[in-house]
This record gives sequence, structure tokens and C-alpha cells, in this order.
Amino acid sequence: MALFRSQVLICGGTGCSSSGSGKLIDRFEELLEKNKLQDEVKVVRTGCFGLCEAGPIVIIYPEGAFYSHVTVPDVDEIVAEHLVKGRIVQRLLHRGSLDDTGKVRALDDMDFYQKQKRVALRNCGVIDPENIDEYIAFDGYKALYTVLSEMKPQDVIDVLLASGLRGRGGAGFPTGRKWQFAMNSAGDKKYVCCNADEGDPGAFMDRSVLEGDPHAVLEAMAIAGYTIGSDQGYIYVRAEYPIAVKRLELAINQARAYGLLGKNIFGTDFSFDIELRLGAGAFVCGEETALLNSIEGLRGEPRCRPPFPAVKGLFDKPTILNNVETYANVCQIILNGAEWFASMGTEHSKGTKVFALGGKINNTGLVEVPMGTTLREIIYDIGGGCPNGKKFKAVQTGGPSGGCLPASLLDTPIDYDNLIAAGSMMGSGGMIVMDEDNCMVDIARFFLDFTVDESCGKCTPCRVGTRRMLEILNRICDGKGEEGDIEKLETLADNIKATALCGLGQTAPNPVLSTIHQFREEYEAHIYEKRCPAGVCQKLLRYVIDPAKCKGCTLCVRVCPADAITGNVKEPHVIDPAKCLKCNACMEKCKFGAISKQ
Amino acid sequence: MKSFADLEAIRQKTLDKVNLRREHEGTRIVVGMATCGIAAGARPVMLAFLDEVSKRNLLDVTVAQTGCIGMCRLEPIVEISVPGQDKVTYVKVAPEMVPRIVQEHVVNHNPVDEYTIGAAE
Repeated sequence: MALFRSQVLICGGTGCSSSGSGKLIDRFEELLEKNKLQDEVKVVRTGCFGLCEAGPIVIIYPEGAFYSHVTVPDVDEIVAEHLVKGRIVQRLLHRGSLDDTGKVRALDDMDFYQKQKRVALRNCGVIDPENIDEYIAFDGYKALYTVLSEMKPQDVIDVLLASGLRGRGGAGFPTGRKWQFAMNSAGDKKYVCCNADEGDPGAFMDRSVLEGDPHAVLEAMAIAGYTIGSDQGYIYVRAEYPIAVKRLELAINQARAYGLLGKNIFGTDFSFDIELRLGAGAFVCGEETALLNSIEGLRGEPRCRPPFPAVKGLFDKPTILNNVETYANVCQIILNGAEWFASMGTEHSKGTKVFALGGKINNTGLVEVPMGTTLREIIYDIGGGCPNGKKFKAVQTGGPSGGCLPASLLDTPIDYDNLIAAGSMMGSGGMIVMDEDNCMVDIARFFLDFTVDESCGKCTPCRVGTRRMLEILNRICDGKGEEGDIEKLETLADNIKATALCGLGQTAPNPVLSTIHQFREEYEAHIYEKRCPAGVCQKLLRYVIDPAKCKGCTLCVRVCPADAITGNVKEPHVIDPAKCLKCNACMEKCKFGAISKQ
Repeated sequence: MKSFADLEAIRQKTLDKVNLRREHEGTRIVVGMATCGIAAGARPVMLAFLDEVSKRNLLDVTVAQTGCIGMCRLEPIVEISVPGQDKVTYVKVAPEMVPRIVQEHVVNHNPVDEYTIGAAE
């Protein structure tokens, strides 16, 4: 086999693919061939590197040069300079990837990666996810072999219990206990399911694992099958993740071809196979019992619990259902031991957690940090703070089930229990950063709008209750808020929390409750002063011209579609609020910065 | 796949392919590949190194290229750094010299003095 002197790793995750990494790969291959370098340099399409903001990303080894925002014309320069002549193209290197002497720093030393600890994402951006051999080279399927040859099912559960691994889907139930229940449940047939129906707005951790390291999930599911006594697994993945679906299908076929899935794995009497089930993208199907219904071909509606799936799950048989990221940790725990895993994190939350950083943040992307890292470290040290020097206002964790944490809680170490104590939750790991330009009432309305849309309608509190809450929020944002609205919202929220059927309904009011709790003054400004402090809620805005700055150039008069601006040439103009449509056209055109929103 | 040996075989086979991406502290062979180096025949030299390293299955060795070292008249120039030893610079390297350099220097850690820059000057 040929040995390559250099390897070009190009991100093939969804983020970089949509910014054109596919074209880069084609161009690299074309140019390598033209320069007769195809036997020396290898191009590898990998999973996500995490720094999606800077995509498309290309890393070239052995130098470890980290190129960001690469375009097709840049490829010509990289090939001509770096690959032919061995000169790193300084201009394309990602900022922060050079040390003081101008040498390329190791990836791990970059600000973005320095505080990260990649366990679930360890292979993402390192291996070619479409090649099972590369997974095996990085110790893939060794954990499965260890389990099958040396461990009894109870041993696996004991390791997981000792490791302290908790479910990464959001609720944080101890994984070892879940597996124990399923193992102890009697049944002629049992199932292992994987929840890859990642539905929270702004969350893409699971997608990256599936796209970058699909075999890690398959291997862990096989281990789960051996542990609870199951021979069939299902991965429920949303159809909106076409790259993940394609790589999973490929991975399953490759594992079957190697006999790592199928009958008599490693020559033992353990057999296990996995099938994919594609979800149509209903948020409720991320709820475990609704997901099981959907796999069975029923409507995606939650079931009453108990009985829990570990007792009566898929096709009424004992079933374990874990999140993608949970599975991605399992093999590492088996290989490195429970103590290694438990050495990371806080007292009751062990290991690492992947977060999808989004919103008003410089380094949008995927980060994996040990539990107990503070919000400040994630948002400022790794995320690089808010763009354009804006002031940080809040961070939303846990998606539509979570809440907003204000600047005063930035030093909270993140783990399951601290986030709940702060009025939010871990959720699957979406982290949306908001700056001073975000209106918290509007944010609460956005999430509630999402829940109302996605409510399956089975139970009344969620179907009707969330809609009533949304109507009140819409009224407040339209300037028709009344005294007592905040209290009404709180009462409705309490009732929904207490009575909704499934976890999604019970947590739906959280974004409203937490914003009322942390930013009550913004609600009050909307209701009593008919004012939106952040300048977001259109109907509450007033555009005004500062007479001291206005030169009377009449530009605004000409762009106003509603003839709302009047004034003589070279004299200050005025806006008639009754006619103003709040279209922002005048403010964009004014050369003197005389127009502002209030 | 029936045994751990099968798995290990695939792992070993793929390891040298992905080895560049792992952290390792091994020997570095750096070939000067600027215009001067390429004109003097650095490419066949580098391919010879790759070939030799691959044949001997030397997992901790990296073959890399660099720009002009500044002594164009002595190209092709190859620098080899073995961990714990001083860097050695070979000049006017030809593909025929490569097996000996790999055997004596990279594997046995004895630089081939007669090919080095000290001998040429």
C-alpha cells in the first residue's frame, strides 16, 4: 500500500458542505492529478471539525496547517505553494492558528480547541467516516471485541454505572441504570434504539457525530444489544439529515460486510443487526415514546409512562433508547475505563458534553468541553464573545425545553443540576447566545411559537395551553399588553408543567418562565410603557429624527414609501408616527446617523 | 471477521495510512522542494524516501517537504531529525542514496557522514 507524505483533510459535514467543500475536494483531486501528486498526497473527506463559522475548513498534515474560509481559487494556491513547494499559505491560515513566532500551532493549542476535550467527537474531523478501516485504525470495534470476549452483561452495566454516564439527550438519566432495567426485564425479544431525531432549533451535535463517526454509534449499540440481550437495533434519524443518513447506511453495510454486524459476531453466539428508520421531522418524535410509536408505523404521539420503555417499549418489548451522543461515549468508557471517564466533570455530571454554539457569537460551531466548564469559558474563551463588540445579554440552553441565563449567571459551572437550579436545563446541547439587540419577550415568543407548531395535540394542556400563552405574548409584543398578563402567563405555565402528558409539553413553558424570572423588567416595559428596550418588536418602535444631526438633505423623504416624513430642504425633518410603516428604509439611507429607533 | 486478529490486521494495515494525523514524536525527513530543489531532482528523492519508509513499515517516521533552505547549488537537500539527536543535513541526494540513509540513519541512528553537508564542503 502506498504511503502518502501529506494528507489533505476536508470537512464534509453539513456546515462546510453547504459552504462548498464538495467543490474544493473536486478541485484538489483535479490539481493533484495535474501536478502528478496523486500518489503522494491524499485527500480525505472527514466529519465536522467544529469550527463551522470558519468553513469550509481544510487541514493539511503533517504540518497541521489549518486553513479556513477556503474557496476554489484558493485551492490552486494551496496546491501550488503548500503541496508542490512546501510553503504554507499564510494568508489563508485561520487566525489564532499561528503562535508568536509565526509557526503553525498544533490544533489543540488554538484558542478554539484549547479548552475543549473531545471524547464523543474524537474522530470527527480526523477519520474518513465513509471508510470503516480508518475507524478500526483508531481503535474502532475494539471495545465490542473486549465486551464480547471478556465481559459479562452485568460487567458492562457496572462499568457504565461507575463511569457516571448520564443520558446526553437532555434529561440526564443514568445510562447504566437504564440498561440495567432493560436487562432485568423479561422478554423473548428486546430492542436497542438510538434517538437521532435531533429537533431543537440550533442543535446539531448528533448530526455531527453521525456524519463524522457513524461507526461509534453502531459499535455502542451492538454493545448495548449484548448487554440487555437484544439482537435488533433501530436508529431513528430525521430525513432532513441526508448526509448523516447516507453515511449511516454506508457504515451499516461496511460493518455487515466485515461481520461486525449480523450473525455470530467475532465468532461468538452473539448476533446483532441495525436498521434505519427515517423520521419526517416532527419535533414530538424526539420524545422517546412518540419515537417508538413512529418506528412501529403509528402516529408520532407520546404514550403514558409508566410503563417505561425499558419494561414495555418498541412493539411492547423491553427497549433501551439512548441519544446519539450517549452512545458515542460508551466505547471510550469501555476502552479507557470508568475511572478515566469519571475523572472528568463535576460530582454528579461526569465526562464531557457537546454544545452547538449559535446566535450572536463569533465562533459559531461545535464544542465539546468537560462538564463543569463555566458558561463564560464557553462563550468568551472558546466562542470568542459577541460579534461587533455588542454586549452579551443572555444564553439560551436546552432549546424549547430550556431557559435563558443572564450575564449574572455566566460563571455557573455547567452540569445537569446547576442548569436546572438556574431555571434552564442541559437539553440536547443547543446554546444560543443573545446580545443587547435581542428582545427577551420576542425570544420567548419564538420558542413558544415553535412548540405550538410542533405540539402533537394529544393532550389538552399542551395543545390549548401553549396556544393561549402564545396569544398573550403576541399581544404584549404588539403593544396591547395588559396589567396581569405576566401573572396569567405564570398560572398557565404552572398548569401546563403539572399536567402535560410528555416531557416536551411539561417543559414547553420554560422559555417563558425563565425570561419572566430573569428579565421581568423587559416584559413590564412592553406592557406598561409600550416600549421594546432592545428595539426588536416592530409595533412598539418609533423612528425619530434628531434635529441636531439632520441636515435636511431630503434623502429620507424620497425613500419613504408612506410619505411619513416631511420637512423643508436644509431644515430638520420630522417623521409622522401615525403614517410610519417602520420599514427601516430611512434609517438605512441617512448619511448623518440622524434617525434612530426608540 | 471471526477474531481479534482479523480486527488487529485491519488496524495495523490502516494505521500507517492515518498515522500522519496522530500525535507522534518520531523522526522527521524533510526534503527541500522549492524550485531549485525540484529542478535538481528532489521529487524522485522524496518518492524514494516514501517508498523506503513504507517498505520498512516505519510508523513513527514523517516525510515532509519544505521550501528553499538557501544553498541551491547543493540541492536536493534533505534534513533528518531523529529525536534526541542533532539534525543532519544531506546534500546532493540521489534516489540511490536513499536506502542507505534510511537503513543507517533513520533505523540505526548512525548518520551517513559521507553524504552530509560537512563532507561536501
